[in-house]
Order: sequence, then structure tokens, then C-alpha cells
Amino acid sequence: MSQLRKWLVEPDFIVVRDPERCIQCQVCVRQCANDVHEYDSDEDVVLSDSSDCVGCHRCATLCPTNAVSIKRAELEFRPHGNWEAAVLRNLYRQAETGGVLLAGMGNDQPAPVYWDRLLLNASQVTNPSIDPLREPMELVTYLGRKPDMLEIEARGVSPRLTTTLAPQLELRVPVMFSAMSYGSISYHASIALARAAAAAGTFANSGEGGLHEGLREYGDHMIVQVASGRFGVDVDYLNVAAAVEIKIGQGAKPGIGGHLPGEKVDAGVSATRMIPEGTDALSPAPHHDIYSIEDLRQLVFAIKEATGYAKPVAVKIAAVHNISAIASGAVRAGADIVVIDGFRGGTGAAPMMIRNNVGLPIEFALAAVDSRLREEGIRNQASLVVAGGFRSSADVVKAIALGADAVYIATAALVAMGCHLCQKCYTGKCNWGIATQDPYLTKRLNPNIATRRLVNLLNAWAHEITEMMGGMGINAVESLRGNREHLRGVGLTDRELRILEIKAAGE
Amino acid sequence: MKRIVIHEEFCIGCRLCEIHCLVQRSKSKKIIKAFRFEKDQIVPGVQVEQSGYVSFALQCRHCDEAPCIEACLSGAMYRDPETGAVLCDTDRCVGCWMCIMVCPVGAIQRGAEKRVASKCDLCMGEEVPACVANCPNEAIVFVDDNDDE
Repeated sequence: MSQLRKWLVEPDFIVVRDPERCIQCQVCVRQCANDVHEYDSDEDVVLSDSSDCVGCHRCATLCPTNAVSIKRAELEFRPHGNWEAAVLRNLYRQAETGGVLLAGMGNDQPAPVYWDRLLLNASQVTNPSIDPLREPMELVTYLGRKPDMLEIEARGVSPRLTTTLAPQLELRVPVMFSAMSYGSISYHASIALARAAAAAGTFANSGEGGLHEGLREYGDHMIVQVASGRFGVDVDYLNVAAAVEIKIGQGAKPGIGGHLPGEKVDAGVSATRMIPEGTDALSPAPHHDIYSIEDLRQLVFAIKEATGYAKPVAVKIAAVHNISAIASGAVRAGADIVVIDGFRGGTGAAPMMIRNNVGLPIEFALAAVDSRLREEGIRNQASLVVAGGFRSSADVVKAIALGADAVYIATAALVAMGCHLCQKCYTGKCNWGIATQDPYLTKRLNPNIATRRLVNLLNAWAHEITEMMGGMGINAVESLRGNREHLRGVGLTDRELRILEIKAAGE
Repeated sequence: MKRIVIHEEFCIGCRLCEIHCLVQRSKSKKIIKAFRFEKDQIVPGVQVEQSGYVSFALQCRHCDEAPCIEACLSGAMYRDPETGAVLCDTDRCVGCWMCIMVCPVGAIQRGAEKRVASKCDLCMGEEVPACVANCPNEAIVFVDDNDDE
């Protein structure tokens, strides 16, 4: 119940309209799902009420005369080091609603981005750099269990490999699309990710919401997820995909489950998730059949049995305090790929306190896990995929040098499709047609355009990765993997450098 | 011939096609000036039809067998021999509105200033019609009949 007549949360944004440029065409009125803009026919003027503006820029982007701009609200509180404006707003909001604060996308707090404190090497004089436009460069990456040793039978002129290799995923570029379920994102967004993965020779992840019939033709380029809710999981689902991922945790909300509100469960989502229309889709915090590494091993092998040992099985865990021991356990449980999701990982909805305060930076988690698996002599038994806030090809190169086999991107992919990170995914009113099932809004994402943009992004990153590798004198991504000699730290403490196992700049 | 094809599944009802058509038909060709001083004298050649969340931009289909050409009693409606577009010679049009009556899709409007028919002319002289060039979601595309889309 509301305690006060007046809602104390002031608007986050102010819509600024230049009356000299506004032509009353009402594109902004038609595009805002939050009803911020309104046309007054008596006065022939478009008016804006900023109260519900989420800062998604849809109106400003589509305005044909650039008459609309969105500014941060200017109402300033008296400065306070502890009681910042955002803190006060959250308190007002909770006093009003009595509820958990929700948030979309990844952690938006100014925690240090360690990628920016790692610098890459380049060749000078003694080890000449390579021009990727003139010389062959190899970005192909294989994900899956590698054998402890290779046995080769030398017969005449053509030696033959006698070791049976475990199933592998072949990536043309070491970047995949991370798990985003159909339900949390629209069908158009899902199909664009699947098509782009197929076109670029990589993989998209179904997320935990099952696999829509229309996406099954891209199964060769899909990784399907088995999460605690087990939505849409059956033997066909497992077998249509290239790999299966068991989701234990998610970087944005380690330790808690998921909740897709019933409003987003329309006929398509209902059929795909195998739940009644309009019901909330609740994923429990734990898998109720996994309380130990041994239990995890049972599920890994149940899936391997169901898929005839023909597909790699991945285990995805959130980066938390004892991550290296947990990752080691996952490998020993039979995971062919271990996915670690850092604390900047995105989400459609998470409690804000958990999103902002739980987990570890992926940089440390990756370094710790790679080192631990090497020490234990089991690094070859599983590939390491990292996720959580990767922004650019440079982040990818640094992650590979730190020990990753490949990187998952999701937020960057959404941005490529048009997302403006307004962080309101959980409202179902995504003005860009991505995180919504509203038929008025889902039309806004043309999957043909989105696919093209995603493929462009991957191609651009692949090109940049080869440029950076060439600069280091490396012609195959295999030679970069775990090659921490090519990284130097700036502005890091001795302890941080030791955990990352890299030298300081100048060393 | 090159035709405008509409993809209703991607039309977002923003009406930027109508807005840019109006600018294209203005004397100034400048959006702010056109809307401030010329808006009342121009009828866009494209109209967005909307019912619920279904919407699409509708402009003349430039039919192969065009009823408007058949019905035109003054011979104003004609087919451009070069592009195949159905055009209205406004000097000959007498404003009888027979074309409006027979148009199967309702794509012909009454002109705003003069009593003549107003319709899509495929932006004669432009490589791509204004509505196609300015559709933010590729819901209106310009394709050649002979190409497999």
C-alpha cells in the first residue's frame, strides 16, 4: 500500500524537445511503449511527460528531425559520499512498494574493469609481426575434451591416429552467443542469434527456455541449456543441438533461480517451455537433483547417454569465491566444457542487490581456474569458456591470453541488435523489440537486419583479433591461449598480479 | 519493373514513410520547412494502414492491368513506358475520381491543392523511393520483378 499520496521517486531522465525542430509528426508518440510522449491535437503540439522515461533512446533515434534528446534528470540532491542519489531513490522505491528491487542487464556499478588494466604485447625487430591480410591466420577453435596423449600408428607413408577423439565443437571465431532464453527475449531476437551463429560459424545458446520449432533447423549451431527449471527439455531437444550445457549458475545472479513473469508466457513461449500459457516460469535456485559433484556427474552422464556420447556437455557456473575448486569439480564430473560467468554478466531480470554485489570479476576467476586446472593436470580434459561483460575484441584477446578457449557474448550481441541498455528488460516493454513478447514491440526487430548486424560484429571482431595476434607475431589462436607472457598489468597490486599470474608493465 | 514490396510483419507503424514522402513531394525538400509551410498542400503517396498491432504502408501497386488507367475518362492516368509505373498527368486530370472508385487497394487520394488525383509516382528520378530509403525496419523494399526476392 502506498504510504504517501506523492510518489517520491523523481524521474531518472528528462525529455528535451526542441520546438524549432519538432514537426509534430508523432513518431515518438507511436514508438514509446511507456507512453512518455503525447500529441495534443487542440494545440497541435507533442508533449512529453518524463516520469516514465527509461532512457532507451528509441524516440530520439527515430525522430526524423533530431528534435528529441534525453538528458539525465537535473534534480540534484545535496552531495553525500554515502547517501548518493541512486541510494536515496532505491530507498524511496522500496518504502513505496515493500518489494525487492529488480534490475535488468549486468552489474552497472563502477567496479574496476580489469581488462582495462591488462595490456597486450607486440613484436618489434626480433620476432617480426605478421600481416593478417597477407599471411594465413588461424582462428578456428575446437571446444571439448582433449585426450591425455595421442597414439599414432606409423604405417608406411601415411601415419594414422588411433586415439578416439571426444566430440568437439568447431568455431570459426572464438566468440559464441551466450544463453538468452526465448521468453526473456523475443522470437525474432532468438532466430537472429541462431542464424548469425550459423552464418559466422559459431554457436548460439538457447538459454533455459527450450528450443522453438523454428530454431531447430539451426540445431547444428545451437547449444541447448538444461537448467534447474528443465523447461522444454526432452530427448529431441538434447539431440537436435550441437552441444548441451548444464546451467548451474549465472554471473548476474549467482545462487538464485529465475522468474519469467506469466505476462511474457504467450502461446509460443508456452509451447516451447512446455508450461501452461500465462503461468510464471520459475527456475529454482538449485537443481533439486544436484547437491554434490557426484550428483552433477550423474546428470552429465545422463545427458551423454541420451545423446549417445556424440556431443560435448558443458557445465556453466557463476564466478564465486571458490571458483577454481568448483571448476575442478565440474571437470572431474565429466564436463567437456566449463563455462564461467563473471559478475558483470547480463540478465533479463535479477534482484538488484544480488546483481550488484554477488560474484567475482571474470578476469580473476578465469586466471584462477586456468592455473588450478593446469596444476592438477586436467586442463586438457575440458575447454574453458568465459562470459560476463565482454565489450570488444581486445577483451577477447586478453581472455584467451589469460587461458580461455573461447568467449561468450550476450550484452554486446544485444547492443548490436539495437539494445540501448536501459536495463528495463524485466518490464516486458522493450522498445527495441528484443526483451519482450508484445506483438506491437516484437515487430520492431527485423531478424534479417539483426542477423546482418550480428554477423558484421563477429566479422569485425575476428578481423581485429587477427590484427592483434599478428602484431604479437602469432598466427594461430592456439598459440595465444594461456600465453600470459603477452599480458602486462598496469595499476594492479602485487597480490592481483600474482593471482592473474602476469608481470607488471615494465617487467 | 522495379516495385515496392511491403513486409507487414516488420512494419512498426512509425509512419516515417508518410513523413518522408511528404518531404519528397515538397518544393523545399527540407523536412522542417516542408512541415511548417507546405504540409497542408501535400498529400503523401503512401498511407499506413493499422489495426491493432498489424500495420503496413500502402502505396500504389502499379498494377500490370491497372483499373485506374482503364477507368480514366480524360486519359490522364497512363503507364510510363520506361519504368512501367502508373502515373497521373495532372494537366489532363479533371478530378472525376473514377480512379479512386476503381482502385482495388485504395491507394489513390484526392489532391490537396488542385482537384486532381494524387498517387505514388515511385519518386520518379530517384534511385530508391523515399519511403523505402527511410523505412527504419526494411518493411518497405524496392525490388525488381525479375529478381527472386
